[in-house]
Amino acid sequence: MHLIPCPWCGPREESEFACGGEGHIMRPADPEARSDAEWADYLYMRANPKGWHRERWLHRYGCRRWFNLIRDTVSHEIKAVYRMDEPAPKLEP
Amino acid sequence: MAVVGGEPRCKNAPASSRGAESRGARVQRYSIFSLARNALNDHADWERAWRSPDPKPSYAVVIVGAGGHGLATAYYLAKEHGIRDVAVLEKGWLGGGNTGRNTTVVRSNYLNDDSAALYEKSLQLFEGLSRELNFNVMLSQRGLMMLAHSPHELRAHQRLVSAMRLNGIEGEMLSVEQVKALCPILNCSPRSRYPVFGASFQRRGGTARHDALAWGYARAADARGVDIIQNCEVTGLRLEAGRIRGLETTRGYIEAAKVGVVVAGHASVLAAMAGLRLPIQSHPLQALVTEPIKPVLHRVVMSGAVHVYVSQSDRGELVLGAGIDGYNSYAQRGSFHVIEAQLAALKELFPIVSRLRMMRQWGGIVDICPDASPIIGKTPVEGLYFNCGWGTGGFKSTPGSGFVFAHTIAADEPHPLAAPFALKRFETGRLLDEHGSAGVAH
Repeated sequence: MHLIPCPWCGPREESEFACGGEGHIMRPADPEARSDAEWADYLYMRANPKGWHRERWLHRYGCRRWFNLIRDTVSHEIKAVYRMDEPAPKLEP
Repeated sequence: MAVVGGEPRCKNAPASSRGAESRGARVQRYSIFSLARNALNDHADWERAWRSPDPKPSYAVVIVGAGGHGLATAYYLAKEHGIRDVAVLEKGWLGGGNTGRNTTVVRSNYLNDDSAALYEKSLQLFEGLSRELNFNVMLSQRGLMMLAHSPHELRAHQRLVSAMRLNGIEGEMLSVEQVKALCPILNCSPRSRYPVFGASFQRRGGTARHDALAWGYARAADARGVDIIQNCEVTGLRLEAGRIRGLETTRGYIEAAKVGVVVAGHASVLAAMAGLRLPIQSHPLQALVTEPIKPVLHRVVMSGAVHVYVSQSDRGELVLGAGIDGYNSYAQRGSFHVIEAQLAALKELFPIVSRLRMMRQWGGIVDICPDASPIIGKTPVEGLYFNCGWGTGGFKSTPGSGFVFAHTIAADEPHPLAAPFALKRFETGRLLDEHGSAGVAH
């Protein structure tokens, strides 16, 4: 299984975590001003890339904190870990 | 050269020497007679079941994805709609994706009216398919039971059976004694941690041979003039003024008036080529088989609570499946703790498996939709159609999916059975939640 590098606890087995899917999804500040299509995009539409994926993970059976990962969805390599309030590191092309 | 139907014919002649129209009348028919005849010739004279043509510069319809759904779509385009200028493009080998990796279960016990209609259509097509395709898809309607492990689950299953019956699909509830009689090796002890309270049962549910389904549709579609082009990856979609023009592929550019994309786990990758976003998340789904043993399990058994489902193949292997891995992946493999958990569940339900060796494990890429229902229909791009989101439940729906997708492409309008599954439901909010019926943890 993956060894997930929790920023606080260090590398732990994947079974201690829950994957929260795509990261950096911002809730619109003005929901009432959004069209149904824009609201559906926020709620449901996702990039789901084959390659580097910016995700958020929860250390559910550990420190119970959320953090971000950049992980490859083909090789499962983890390239970066950063906190929820940090911006995503740049990805080389 | 064999002489078939009175005309000399080279079995392995290049594709260009045979026209699309002429092939249909002379495909070799499988029968006890052809089997006997070929047995006398050491089986050296069987024809290839489908051609491997080079792609033409253009087609009326291109289907992306030669899995079961794509091949079925091409078959029904030719058979139901007379559209034969069709190519099915496949980046790997046909049927090598989820079609070759599933646990072969076939059923139509879904809750919502719209889902029930579509899955039931698929099951009904399955029931006549071996004869229709002249290819044994090994449909085994041995019966499928879904176990209830609490009074609450029992009520939920009763609701499901009632919903099925209201939709004209037979289903029944089984007491724990009836479950035990149908499945003697199941642990029905009341002292079990998750005891069996009863089960819902679909007699017409069961299994079919996954590879045979792909091969049967491939042979039948090819016989009607469809070009199946393997080792041909789509790398781009060419659009012009809001309409599809053609496809960039690793075997050259192909012009197409209509394109139907049915690539399961790669749906988002193809959608991005057209600038479209989907609600799909691609996850691993694993499966495994045990060593072969004598026949011990005569039904398909699914348990939501003690999470595993199992059937026994004709080779004697127990075929096992459970839930998806929790992260996005295109790797066609998953993590081992998922296997450990389902084997613990299996041993809890069937104590006799404790000494069985697990022989082989693999994974696929399932396209998970937020409501566990598929997306079928038109897109904002004229002439571009998508069929995806079947997630963990794509095998049973192969014939039905191909049937309605072919209609949608041919008529440029969703088939009535497919209409509720439009992408637009995510805007209107009319989702069709089938997580319960999916029977697989998400």
